[in-house]
Amino acid sequence: MNRRVPLLFLNVFVIATCGLIYELLAGTLASYVLGDSVTQFSIIIGLYLFAMGIGSWLSRFIETNLAERFVDVELAVAVLGGVSAPLLFFSFANLSYFNVILYAVVIGIGTLVGLEIPLLMRILKDELDFKELVARVLALDYVGALAASILFPIFLVPTLGLVRTSLMFGILNAAVGLWGTWLLFPLIKPGKILFLRIKGVFVIALLIIGAIKADTLTVLAEEGLYQDSIIYAESSKYQRIVVTRGRTGFALFLNGNLQFNSFDEYRYHEALVHPPMLAYPGTPKRILVLGGGDGLAVREVLRYKSVESVTLVDLDPDMTSLGKRLPVLSDLNRHSLDDKRVEVINADAFVWLSDTKTEPFDVAIVDFPDPNNFALGKLYSTRFYKLLRSKLKPESSVVIQSTSPLYARNSYWCIVETIEAAGFTAKPYQTTVPSFGIWGYVLAKQTPFDPPKEVPKDLDLAFLDSRSMEDMFNFPVDTDRPKEELEINRLDNQALVRYYEAEWRRFE
Amino acid sequence: MLTRREILKAFVGLPLALAACKSPSGTSGMDGRIVGASNNIGHILRERRKFEVAEEGWTNVGTVIVGGGIAGLSAGWKLKKEGFDDFVLLELEKKAGGTSVSGTSPLVSYPWGAHYLPVPFKENEDLVGLLKEMDLIESFAEDGDLVIPEQFLTRDPEERIYYKGRWYEGLYLYPGATKEDLRQLNAFQQKIDEWINWRDGSGMRAFSVPVSSCSEDPEVIALDRVSFAEWLTRQGFTSDRLIWYCDYACRDDYGLTLSQTSAWAGIFYFSSRVRKAGEESQPFITFPEGNGRFVDHFATEVKAQTMSSALVVEVIPSENGVEVVFLDTETNTAKGVRAKNAIFAAPIFTTGFLVRGFSNSAPFDPAEFQHNAWFVANLFLKERPKNRFERDFPLSWDNVLYESRSLGYVTATHQKGIDYGPTVLTYYYPMAEKELKAGMNKLLSLDWKELADICLTDLERAHENIREATTRIDIMRWGHAMISPRPGFIWGGEREKAMKPFRNVHFAHSDLSGIAIFEEAFHHGLRAAGEILEQGSRG
Repeated sequence: MNRRVPLLFLNVFVIATCGLIYELLAGTLASYVLGDSVTQFSIIIGLYLFAMGIGSWLSRFIETNLAERFVDVELAVAVLGGVSAPLLFFSFANLSYFNVILYAVVIGIGTLVGLEIPLLMRILKDELDFKELVARVLALDYVGALAASILFPIFLVPTLGLVRTSLMFGILNAAVGLWGTWLLFPLIKPGKILFLRIKGVFVIALLIIGAIKADTLTVLAEEGLYQDSIIYAESSKYQRIVVTRGRTGFALFLNGNLQFNSFDEYRYHEALVHPPMLAYPGTPKRILVLGGGDGLAVREVLRYKSVESVTLVDLDPDMTSLGKRLPVLSDLNRHSLDDKRVEVINADAFVWLSDTKTEPFDVAIVDFPDPNNFALGKLYSTRFYKLLRSKLKPESSVVIQSTSPLYARNSYWCIVETIEAAGFTAKPYQTTVPSFGIWGYVLAKQTPFDPPKEVPKDLDLAFLDSRSMEDMFNFPVDTDRPKEELEINRLDNQALVRYYEAEWRRFE
Repeated sequence: MLTRREILKAFVGLPLALAACKSPSGTSGMDGRIVGASNNIGHILRERRKFEVAEEGWTNVGTVIVGGGIAGLSAGWKLKKEGFDDFVLLELEKKAGGTSVSGTSPLVSYPWGAHYLPVPFKENEDLVGLLKEMDLIESFAEDGDLVIPEQFLTRDPEERIYYKGRWYEGLYLYPGATKEDLRQLNAFQQKIDEWINWRDGSGMRAFSVPVSSCSEDPEVIALDRVSFAEWLTRQGFTSDRLIWYCDYACRDDYGLTLSQTSAWAGIFYFSSRVRKAGEESQPFITFPEGNGRFVDHFATEVKAQTMSSALVVEVIPSENGVEVVFLDTETNTAKGVRAKNAIFAAPIFTTGFLVRGFSNSAPFDPAEFQHNAWFVANLFLKERPKNRFERDFPLSWDNVLYESRSLGYVTATHQKGIDYGPTVLTYYYPMAEKELKAGMNKLLSLDWKELADICLTDLERAHENIREATTRIDIMRWGHAMISPRPGFIWGGEREKAMKPFRNVHFAHSDLSGIAIFEEAFHHGLRAAGEILEQGSRG
């Protein structure tokens, strides 16, 4: 036994490294998915240390077969620690009680790791005198922790990622356990040795399979956040752009919010574009599109032969270039953004409207994301609509996508009243887009007018006809203008952002 | 020589100083310089050198205005409006504007000092007239109140406060406030409400803008004899958050701590812009360049009369006029202006140095008009300052750090609606030393690198990426930034004495109100111009 002691110390070092790696993994992962890294790390370190205390205390109840139990504990840590990262990713994406799983995993690993050192010290107590034993074991324990804490941020996270780091250290941990059956051979009952080794091999095999599948596991875990598989994902300067593909078609998400699903986007875009185009007296030539970087609204605009120019102003160059680059998207928008009549300008529409001098437009199509933050809220303010007015002819028509009058009734009508306060006559309308629910728009002009009645057949639309056009302008009771007085959304009160947050929070 | 750590400790506290000193980066790779405010030529005044003006160096005009801050500019603006353009305005710097000057960059303009104007009550007709002329009034409500176009009012989100790692909406720190904190806040508001609704026998408000429209009832004046800190204590206010809130108000508006500020001035801050109890305080008119918008308006009006880079070295009142000797700092030649009368629109404490014969028969004591020192830094960022936490309250117009001695920063791009990418942050730091003079000396002893490091270290507590994001820092050291409304100053009598002309020299400065705000400077500019015009019509 005596000459195996140095090797057992190597064992201590590996155990310590693995232990700290699991702790760092849990902390990092929790701050990735939950944010607030100070809180996450603080809670996880605390829980982990506390659990190690529990483990150490529990070690007193293990009276016999110390070496055998030690190997068991090693293999258990290997399994739990090894699968911790994929398990946690997966449960965050799929379960609502992620925190429970997170803390259970941390306590589990901590308890097992807490058992290791006391057991090992008891195994070694007959080989060395106590002073030497404590000094060496604890010293190596801390050196292992140091190694882990340096390796983790510098090498492991950047090169392997969380899931593979987790599995790799699980394997290492299990290997040390298996090796223990040789190192501690004299201390293990002969009848038990084979069974222990089989367990060890099984754990290692399991984790190796996991590691090979790690790539799929990561995607699987992240994809749980979306219903369908991700075909494109990037973080631009302004937002996270994700495109997914499922059975019904593909979908675009900005910052996790659905922008369209190819299955029913025609409903949304036909309802958005044709009312203002048809409300324009005569033939619309100069069109302004604000937002709508996916090019789908422009596709509808280009159905009109009279259109001579389309100016599309969208904040994010990555989004507008995606509308040209990504085949599924450019097929869907029929390469509208490559049309020579279309000019794409990447700017904040508010700043663009205040700083740019242009000829007036015939029709303006305003298709921004819902007003869920202050930067977007300004694009729905009286000031914004007044700026927009200054870019129009007296007879021009305008449409504004205006969130759901069912889910966010006050928000919707706040937009309507803000448009009215900016000097427009507003004709609110709504339709059903299955992916979104009941969806609202506002058609507006600077003088009183009637909404268009006829939808020409030669436009060849899939959704809108003369009858459905008329229907859109009728509001059922549950979506109609609320009785109570609504605030007007101004730059200096941003009332809309506050309505919107209060209303949509109910559905989160 | 102080070490980096000692300087940082003095300005931002020891923990941050220690943390910052661990990283050697400091301001490396950053551009910038100390700008403006000719502190270095102040010594010429103190040396009392003699300047001989050659005969061809003299200009003869009706009136000479000394100083091109808001008071001097508005005096000139008023004279011109009344059809009187026989005057010159002498400005020390290359650009007029005093502490309301602004700077420009290709992205956005930004303030170097004063950066907003609360919407005046309709009763302040002069100021309403100015706003009307500048096309800043959309309409008038039925009751006569001003309706300001929304793009000129502070855009929401207006203010946020940083505390222990997170940003929260508003200026009062609600998160974690105890019941007692909230009770005291409420009680404080009630006290303020009493003063808002208070009227004297003749119906005058206790607190109103300009100060000259405030009641002089002994009950109100008595407030000026104690410090705001003492007043709060006497009313039983002990809540840390409330005390902080009031202290912040004093530092923000007056550059003084709670115990340096007169209770009258403290209550003025909270009550003078509220029409009646329960109503909102008047909203702020603001521009990316702050009050630089007003400066530019005035400066354009009086362009033909303005002589800049003119360091006035002596004002010599005579039997039937006044002579002003100044050094043209561009050509380094002494020049002079002979006029019938002068409007002295420089800080009042300089009267003793500048006006010949003043000290022999001084009608008031210039040393009573004490100024305090500030520094203002404009940080040019290539990207937005990052919050530590994604869901924190977002970047606002005014961003205040609870645990900092600075006033935080204002975002120049906010009012323009530029919400992404590069921006300019204007960071304010009042010295607020026990001895005001010591504050100035300490400030002037620090160089660009040290001041830039202070502001980065301070902001780094809230924005980890501030050093990477900042490409340039320009810094203005205001040695004499604004008048200090210490206890006893506003209603102690010196102000009133200084409002009377000394021979042919009429005084005009916000110093004469004891409160350094646009409205007061404007008021005194117009008052002095009025005195000149009246004399002209009589003589």
